[in-house]
Amino acid sequence: MKKLNGIKLKHRKNTEDCATVQLPLPSKIILPMSMHMGAPCDVLVKVGDLVKVGQKIGDSQAAFSVPVHATVSGKVTAVTDYQTAMGAVCKAVEIEPDGEQTVSEEVRPPVITDKESFIKAVRESGVCGLGGAGFPTHIKLNPKTPIDTIVINAAECEPYITADYREMMENTEDVLNGIRLVKERLGIKNAKIAVEANKPEAIKKFEDMAKNDDTIDIVTLPSAYPQGAEKVIIYNSTGRIVEEGKLPSDVGVIVLNVSTAAFIYRYSKTGMPFMTRRITVDGNAVAEPKNVFAQVGTPFADVLRFCKTDIDSIRKLISGGPMMGMSIPDINMPVMKTTNALLAFDHYDERQTSACIRCGRCVRVCPMGLMPAEIDKAYKIKDIEDLKALKVMLCMNCGSCTFVCPANRKLAETNQLAKALIPRK
Amino acid sequence: MNRLMVSPSPHDENYTKTSTIMLNVCIALVPALVAGCIIFGLRSLLLTAVTVGSCVIFEFLCRKLMKRENTVGDLSAVVTGLILALNLPVTLPLWMAVVGSFVAIVVVKQLFGGLGQNFANPAITARIVLMVSFASAMTNWAAPFWYKDGADAVTGATPLALGEGDALPSYLDLFLGNTGGCLGETCALALLAGGLYLAARRIISLAAPVSFIGSLALLSWIAGEDPLYQILAGGVFLGAFFMATDYATTPISTKGKIVFGLGCGIITFVIRHFGSFPEGVSFSILLMNVLTPYIEQLTRTKAFGGKYEKQKKEAESK
Repeated sequence: MKKLNGIKLKHRKNTEDCATVQLPLPSKIILPMSMHMGAPCDVLVKVGDLVKVGQKIGDSQAAFSVPVHATVSGKVTAVTDYQTAMGAVCKAVEIEPDGEQTVSEEVRPPVITDKESFIKAVRESGVCGLGGAGFPTHIKLNPKTPIDTIVINAAECEPYITADYREMMENTEDVLNGIRLVKERLGIKNAKIAVEANKPEAIKKFEDMAKNDDTIDIVTLPSAYPQGAEKVIIYNSTGRIVEEGKLPSDVGVIVLNVSTAAFIYRYSKTGMPFMTRRITVDGNAVAEPKNVFAQVGTPFADVLRFCKTDIDSIRKLISGGPMMGMSIPDINMPVMKTTNALLAFDHYDERQTSACIRCGRCVRVCPMGLMPAEIDKAYKIKDIEDLKALKVMLCMNCGSCTFVCPANRKLAETNQLAKALIPRK
Repeated sequence: MNRLMVSPSPHDENYTKTSTIMLNVCIALVPALVAGCIIFGLRSLLLTAVTVGSCVIFEFLCRKLMKRENTVGDLSAVVTGLILALNLPVTLPLWMAVVGSFVAIVVVKQLFGGLGQNFANPAITARIVLMVSFASAMTNWAAPFWYKDGADAVTGATPLALGEGDALPSYLDLFLGNTGGCLGETCALALLAGGLYLAARRIISLAAPVSFIGSLALLSWIAGEDPLYQILAGGVFLGAFFMATDYATTPISTKGKIVFGLGCGIITFVIRHFGSFPEGVSFSILLMNVLTPYIEQLTRTKAFGGKYEKQKKEAESK
C-alpha cells in the first residue's frame, strides 16, 4: 500500500532533547470555561471562594462537554466574560494561587469496573484531545459502532512542537499502559502507534517495550506534513479510508493522541484531573527554547518570561504549531488544555497577495486531493453547487495550500469561508 | 502593550514567490538563447532585448492605464518577451517584434485581466498573429552560421519545409540546432536542458511535454514518417517544454496535462501531415489552450474518500 505523503517542512524540532521543566506558579490563573470542543461549562464557584487543586469549578449538563478543574489552590478573585482565541464566548474564573497547592478531597482514584465507569472516569478527568483540537475524549471513546483498532497519534508533524515527543520519551510506560487500559475497557483488539520517521528514538523505544505484545504495532509514517491529520493517519496505519461524511469509528478505528493516552492511564491510578500541560516554547523571539510543564490557566506572558523572551519584541504569538496553530491577540491569555506549543516571533509574513498563476502547487500538495485554486474561483462567484462538487467540506484546514502558494493566496482560509456557504443538512 | 499580528493559519512562511518561478523559467531559457546567438549571430540578442524590453514596457503602461498595481516585478513579462524572441526568425525587422510584444502583453494578457487570467499563451498567439500578418518576414529563415560568411543573410529553409529531393539534415544537426528556423527553436539540446532544469526544480511537470512529444512520434511512426526527425525538427521542443507547460493556459491536474499534451501531439501531426503549413506546433498549442477550461472540468482530481454521484449510482445499481 502506498502511503499518503505530504509537504516537506523544516522540522525545527529545536527542543527535542529538552527535558520538561516545571514552571513556577504564576500570580494569577485564568480558567476559561471553554477549553474543549463543545458546550462551555457553567461556573460552580463564586468570587471569594477558596479552591483546592483538582476541585471541579466548571461543569455542564451537556453531553458534549468536559468539566474544568482548579489547577492551583487559592482564592477565586473574579468570574469574568471571556473570549477565547477561537472566538468562543464563555465565562472565565480567575484564581489567585496561595502557593500551597493543597489537593482537594475530590481527588481520588476512580473506580473503573466496566466500559461505562471508564467512560465516566475519562469525562471526570477533564481531558480532551491534547493534540490541539480539544475533542472531548469521553465522546471519542464511546462510539456507536464496534471498534477493532485504536490508532495512537504520535505523528507530531508540525514544525517546532516536541511536547508529544517528550511525553513519549519521558513517559513511555504510561503511553503503553494507557493503550492497554483503553483496549481492555473498550474491548479493542489491536493498537497501532503511528510515529513520524523523524523520531527514530521514540520508535525504537516503543518497539523495545512493546515487542512482547503482538497486539501493539509501531507504524513509521513518512516524515511529511500533515501525517497527523486523522484521515491521513488512519489510512497510513490501517489502509482504511474514512469516506466523506463518515467518522473514523465507521471504519472501526479510534484515533487518540499519544499524550491523551498516557494521561488517561495516570488519571486511572491517581484520580488527579488534567492540571498540567506540557508546552514547547520556541520561536525566534524566545532566547531559551524549552519544554515546560505549566498549570492550565497560566498566562502566556509568564511562560514566555520563564523562557527568557523579550516580550516587547514579539510581533506574532502562536498557540500551537505554525501550520494549524492560532495567532494569539493578547499576551496575557492563558494556557489551555490544548496548548501544545507557544511560538513567539519578532516578525510576521508581510507579503501581499497577488494573482493566481495556476501553477497547481496547491492541488499537488493537498492531502485530501482537493483543488484549492478551483475552490478559490468558485468561492469568488459564490457557486455553491461547484463548491460541493469540489468537495470543499473535506478540507481540514491543514494549510498546505496556503503554505506553498507562490502568490501568497490565503487558500486554506478561503476554504473555510467556502465551507460556511454550504448549507448544513 | 504588544501589538500582535493576528491572522488565520498557516503562519509558516514559504519563500517560493511568483517571481522566483519566473526567474527560474528565465534561467531555463538561457541555454536556448545562447544557442540562438551562436547559431544565428548576435542579432538574436538584439531581437531578444527588443521583445523583452517592449514586453516589460507594455506591461507597465497597461497596468498604469488600467489603474492597477504594477506587476512588472513578477517577471512574467520578461518570460513572455524571452519566449516570444525564441519564436521569431532572427531576420525579423525590430518593429515587427514590437508589434508581437504588443499582441502578447496587451491584447492576449492584460485585456483578459493579466497574469493567470489569459486563456491563450501570449507568445504563441503573438507568433501566429505575426505569421499571418507578415508571412514573408516571418518565414525569412537565416541559414545557420550565415554571419561567418560575411555575406548578406543566406536564406535557409526549415527542416520541415524541405522537399523530397533536398538533403535532409542529420539527427546530430537537428539535435544541436544546426538548421534553419526560429532563433530559439532549432537547438533541441538547449531546450531539453532548460526543460529538464525546470522539471528538476519542480516548476513544470513533464506530463504535457512527454505526452506531446510521445504522441507526435507515435503518430508519425504509424504514418510511415521518421518519428525522430519529426520531433527534433521545428518547434516541438520549444513548444512542449516552454509553452505546453505554461501555467495559465494549460490544465492543472496531471490527467489534464496528459490530455493537453496528447491533443497538441495529435493536432501538430494532423497539420504537418495533411495541412498546407509545414509546421503546426503553434496552432496545436493555441487550439488546446482554447480547450483547456473544458479539459479542466473533465479532469478534476478526486478527493480522498470523496463520494461522487456516479459512484453512488453504481453502488445503488448493485
